[in-house]
Amino acid sequence: MDSVTQLQGQLVDYTTSLFNEGYLNDQYTQLQQLQDESNPDFVVEVVSLFFEDSERLLNELDRALDQQSLDFRRVDSHVHQLKGSSSSIGAQRVQNVCIVFRNFCEAQNVEGCLQCLQQVRHEYSLVKNKLETLFKLEQKLLAARGSIPTQ
Amino acid sequence: MVFGTSASTQRKFRALIADDDPVIQKIHKVLLNKLGFETQVVVNGKEAVDLFRSGAFFNLVLMDMEMPIMDGPQATRELRAMGVKTMIVGVTSRALESEKQAFMGAGLDDCHVKPLSAEIITSLLKKLGKNK
Repeated sequence: MDSVTQLQGQLVDYTTSLFNEGYLNDQYTQLQQLQDESNPDFVVEVVSLFFEDSERLLNELDRALDQQSLDFRRVDSHVHQLKGSSSSIGAQRVQNVCIVFRNFCEAQNVEGCLQCLQQVRHEYSLVKNKLETLFKLEQKLLAARGSIPTQ
Repeated sequence: MVFGTSASTQRKFRALIADDDPVIQKIHKVLLNKLGFETQVVVNGKEAVDLFRSGAFFNLVLMDMEMPIMDGPQATRELRAMGVKTMIVGVTSRALESEKQAFMGAGLDDCHVKPLSAEIITSLLKKLGKNK
């Protein structure tokens, strides 16, 4: 019925915009392709793991960059992990900031590192919001489909 | 047809995932399960080595390069020194060519950027099937 078609359209448009604006890349599509009846919540589960892991790493980065004498290797190790998990779910913009962040670590540039931390937090909260909105749309669509009698 | 599904005469292939990244652990676990593998996950190289030492058997190991306690290259060296002939595939995040070469030199059969795709796992499965 109409509301299903409308919601479907919204979902497609929203997803497309996330790809066009560089929030997500093809790796996210790969994850979607792994979802099926035996793993019906796979994407949400993986993304939730990403959220948990990122929040932990961002807190570690806060601590590491708050020290009197910076241990750049420790900072770099956390950024490397964040880069890895963001690239695994296709969170392109977070991944990109991590690349720049690692360069500043290598150059032992404190100012650069602090700026990158701000930036990576910003990009992370953006992609988190976007993905949560996406999941809500998907749930709405599922609910709408569920209440419509099959033709 | 030699795929890792449990047909009545064919036991499932067993894969060990050695990675400290929970996101990668889950992606590889689901991917491998879908393609018919039984999977086990460890979070560092030492746990991988200990498993083999305790007599565990695997057809395939996905070995992350960077892990705490004992990293991928060190774990691979130890496994080979123990006489382990299992296919060990290194998994890296776009490391420098020199780092990848060093990892291969530790005794890997292959090395890929993570996360692995279904195509890559399928090609590994085919290699495993041929070696049986």
